[in-house]
Amino acid sequence: MSVLAIIEHDRGTLTSASLGVLTAARNLAQQMNTTMEALTIGANADALRSVAAQYGATVVHQAHHDALTDFGPEAWGEAAAQIITSLSPQLVMGSGTERGHEVVAQIAARLDLPASMNCTEFDSSFDGTQPLKVVRARWGGSLLEQAEVDAPIKIVTLANHTVEPTEAPTTSTTNVIDVQLDASVLHSIVRDRVERVAGVTLATASVVVSGGRGVGSAEAFAPLEELAALLGGVVGCSRAVTNNGWRNHTDQVGQTGTRIAPDIYIACGISGAIQHWVGAMASKNILAINLDQEANIVTKSGYAVIGDLHKVVPAVSAEIRRRRGV
Amino acid sequence: MKILVCVKRVPAPGARINITDDGQQVDTAFLGFTVSPHEECAVEAAVQLVEQHGGEVTVLTLGPAEAEEQLRTAVSVGAAKAVLVPIDGQDWDPQRTASAIASVVNELESANGSFDLILFGNESADSCGYQVGVRAALKLARPMVNGAKGIEIDGASAKIRRESDAGQDIYVLPMPAAVGVKEGINLPRYPTMKGRLASKKVDISRSETTASVGGLKMIQLQRPPERASNTQILGTGPEAASAIVDLLEELGVFK
Ligand SMILES: Cc1cc2nc3c(=O)[nH]c(=O)nc-3n(C[C@H](O)[C@H](O)[C@H](O)COP(=O)(O)OP(=O)(O)OC[C@H]3O[C@@H](n4cnc5c(N)ncnc54)[C@H](O)[C@@H]3O)c2cc1C
Ligand SMILES: Nc1ncnc2c1ncn2[C@@H]1O[C@H](COP(=O)(O)O)[C@@H](O)[C@H]1O
Repeated sequence: MSVLAIIEHDRGTLTSASLGVLTAARNLAQQMNTTMEALTIGANADALRSVAAQYGATVVHQAHHDALTDFGPEAWGEAAAQIITSLSPQLVMGSGTERGHEVVAQIAARLDLPASMNCTEFDSSFDGTQPLKVVRARWGGSLLEQAEVDAPIKIVTLANHTVEPTEAPTTSTTNVIDVQLDASVLHSIVRDRVERVAGVTLATASVVVSGGRGVGSAEAFAPLEELAALLGGVVGCSRAVTNNGWRNHTDQVGQTGTRIAPDIYIACGISGAIQHWVGAMASKNILAINLDQEANIVTKSGYAVIGDLHKVVPAVSAEIRRRRGV
Repeated sequence: MKILVCVKRVPAPGARINITDDGQQVDTAFLGFTVSPHEECAVEAAVQLVEQHGGEVTVLTLGPAEAEEQLRTAVSVGAAKAVLVPIDGQDWDPQRTASAIASVVNELESANGSFDLILFGNESADSCGYQVGVRAALKLARPMVNGAKGIEIDGASAKIRRESDAGQDIYVLPMPAAVGVKEGINLPRYPTMKGRLASKKVDISRSETTASVGGLKMIQLQRPPERASNTQILGTGPEAASAIVDLLEELGVFK
């Protein structure tokens, strides 16, 4: 009887989403009057036991196997499923990240149990025995669903950024478990990696200057590039832009693109469809530049300028240069 | 190469998603329908692989009779065959959907031979369950990787490229295999005249199946709380530049 938090890591480096998972799992364990335990997969993550203890895990289970040197959805899922079968926790929680969802889906598939992904709320009266009521994000967060997980072991992922991580240090014991993995689950382990070149990315930039269909062409992004460069930011875009082949998909903001959280998002010639908005709404400030005063992005943003982006954007760059005296 | 792509018909909402009064569905009265962008890209990926290596693409959907529209769209951009697994009313839960897909795949394969690749979207646009593909692949004993931003065939294996925080990870799956595709892997083509014609003529086969209900039950949809916004209009046209730069200064992003 316990709540089991699955710690996501990459070659031993903790994924930040795991801290929210440890916190939410501990809160649930407390209300269920049981303990929160954690699971790390692969010996290269053994050192993460101290983080787990810092966040209140009373036992840290460490799944070991010679092949677990890198991420592999099936190997991770199978290792976790074996350990879950022997521990019988009441609830298992993974992170609401691409890998987190995948590992949890693998676990649930292997145990033939339901899984509820991207949960934003859990029933505060849940004591471990009844079906678990949750609220989960659909449509990339544009819509919520009240759902019920009815299973002997409740399997969920926590939507990222929904729980503020808080520490609750405890002394924890470690439990090393050697898992047996069939050759069939070893195929999907990462074989090779091309490291990313360092630099500001769309996901981490503090300023994003973004263009939509209103920009009109690939070439017409040059003034947006210039403004972004002046502000030390990057250029983003809407799906209309990637669909037209004007920019690469790596620049797309939204449900099927990147979630951003800059200090300011400058949306030029973007209407603000719900699937775009959901990727931009975590921005601290949003400035819309649009011809249409009624555009969704204008009515939802904190700031707006009504006008032609082709005139407004160069004027802003010119004003910045003027004030800097260059 | 024989490739199967699983797509789901979903509404295409615009500025907001409205819910029916009983909270059971998205109000689609004024909406068109589409498939998830990830799955659109999966269809394109399959068509490109067949163009390079020969073979044919089959598309499959589990959904209402109207989902024929999405199957025909896939045929218009290069799929050769289409299979509808008809269901009435509400969406099936992920376990039930995956079981049904797996049993139809078994049926198709025993009649026509094995699919070398089965492609899914990374997640469906509406339910965002991140699991139907994983579950179906396991039932079909196919190795499976999600999040694919690249698929290359090298002999009897599929080389999958995927983005992670650290860079690009490479996976190598022996075929037959299953892969979850993400938007950005390619730029889906528009239908040609010939494609449109083929999509009108294609014979959509129906595979009735049953599967038991899973343990995740939808109770009700709800809209997330909306952030109250009191838009401050900084001005009109290029004359607003000065007010914009003032704002940038105030926010500390103009240094
Ligand atoms: C499942 C699903 C997922 C999706 N995921 C995403 C996603 O991740 N990201 C995304 O962006 N979209 C996504 N979409 C698409 C989304 O629904 C919209 O179609 C898209 O965001 C529209 O892009 P846009 O705002 O650039 O174009 P439009 O909606 O055409 O808007 C263009 C805007 O530009 C303005 N404009 C035109 N000319 C000018 C000018 N000269 N100066 C100033 N303003 C001007 C117009 O007034 C208008 O407001 C998704 C759709 C679906 C169904
Ligand atoms: N009803 C369906 N019919 C066909 N394929 C589906 C269906 N539901 C889900 N899928 C496939 O499974 C993937 C993952 O779905 P989900 O688990 O809902 O996020 C989707 O991108 C589709 O490829």
